[in-house]
Amino acid sequence: MKPARFAYARPQTLAEALVLLATHGSDASILAGGQSLMPMLNLRMSQPAILVDINSIPDLALITMRDGQLAIGGRARHNDVMHSELLPSSNSLLKRALPYVAHAAIRNRGTLGGSLALSDPAAELPACATCLDARIVAVSTRGERVIPASDFFRGLYTTALEQDELIHRVEFPLLDTNWHVEFDEVARRRGDFAIAGLALAVKLDSRRIAECRIVFAGVEAFPRRMAPVEAALTGSLLTDLSVRAEAFEILAQTLDPLEEGEYPAVYRRHLARVLLNRLLTRICEREQA
Amino acid sequence: MMLTDEPTADITTTINGKKVTARVVLRQSLVDWVRHEVGLTGSHVGCEHGVCGACHVVVDGKVVRGCLMLAVQADGASIVTIDAPEASKEAGALQTAFYERAALQCGFCTPGMILQASELLQENSAPSRSEIRDAISGNYCRCTGYHAIVDAIEAAAAALRAEKAA
Repeated sequence: MKPARFAYARPQTLAEALVLLATHGSDASILAGGQSLMPMLNLRMSQPAILVDINSIPDLALITMRDGQLAIGGRARHNDVMHSELLPSSNSLLKRALPYVAHAAIRNRGTLGGSLALSDPAAELPACATCLDARIVAVSTRGERVIPASDFFRGLYTTALEQDELIHRVEFPLLDTNWHVEFDEVARRRGDFAIAGLALAVKLDSRRIAECRIVFAGVEAFPRRMAPVEAALTGSLLTDLSVRAEAFEILAQTLDPLEEGEYPAVYRRHLARVLLNRLLTRICEREQA
Repeated sequence: MMLTDEPTADITTTINGKKVTARVVLRQSLVDWVRHEVGLTGSHVGCEHGVCGACHVVVDGKVVRGCLMLAVQADGASIVTIDAPEASKEAGALQTAFYERAALQCGFCTPGMILQASELLQENSAPSRSEIRDAISGNYCRCTGYHAIVDAIEAAAAALRAEKAA
């Protein structure tokens, strides 16, 4: 099981990489962590004419705090993000979700930009980026372009990125201390693709839900906010189980679950409800603690 | 064995402390190159798509899937494989513990297991059984049922702690 032939370029500067992407267009694939691209090459599901290896470009893996937001370079490795001291030690959605991203050796190599650009429906980070209202900064020879996460994911393995664009960094606005974030997922085995996952952020105002953001992974073709469910919960007490029951009804109507594979849509709907209930309860428990 | 028109590139890398300069086939994976061209056959090739963990090698201090990195990408890197006399202090203790606890049957997964467990013990000197299971979740073993492997990693952690305390 070996890849088909390809040409290989390892640009030393961002400018050089962008020229290569502009020149080769859809014939080129960006090689970042390679944790999804390499399997696709080995299985010959993908046969690009040229690989543009971005691993030697300086400053593409920086994690910085600037202008009140956390900026994570597109090539930042999952384990480096997970262990970054710039992320809050508690109440960080990325810190809660990253241990679920594949396995340790894959997290050593896989990148944030790669995960977002691939937009695997089962991936955790696209759901987190959507939940956190992240801004994806794409760059090409034409300059920089900021794409809100809410407009970035467009379908199964489909994003707003153009052929010649590269994810330079992802900006995460900081949440104030009234926000509570949780992540959980159901998979057959730790590190496997999620059958269903949930990124949840709830802003509390004296135990009432002032705002909330609900984004599933693995349930639908791509991550999106469950606006009608969020609206149903907003304004209610976190502990109000009758409001929660109504929200579950609305959730069932709002979801458009994936149909393919070994899991029927009805099971994914069930898991979505279980996860939402579990994480709302977890926020209640942490609040009381 | 190389086709004459196969695209190649020249690389320089350090393998188990030894500097190696070589011409590598662009599409050859790091683990295939290490086995077939360098001749270090401790790293194994299992699934070739990042699922089984048998191909683990350490690149610049981090355990990676050898089947998901190209040999050409190792240019300038420092590589350690299980073939190194003692890949790390932890690896040495793990090898002893795996032997004593019979934490292997066919042994195919063992090199990858030991390198992954070694990284765990470097970060966490006293992992719980559940943390051990999480850490090796990306390494398949089709013989043991994992219990003996978890036991051995626990025993190696205890031995390293005892050694440090002594």
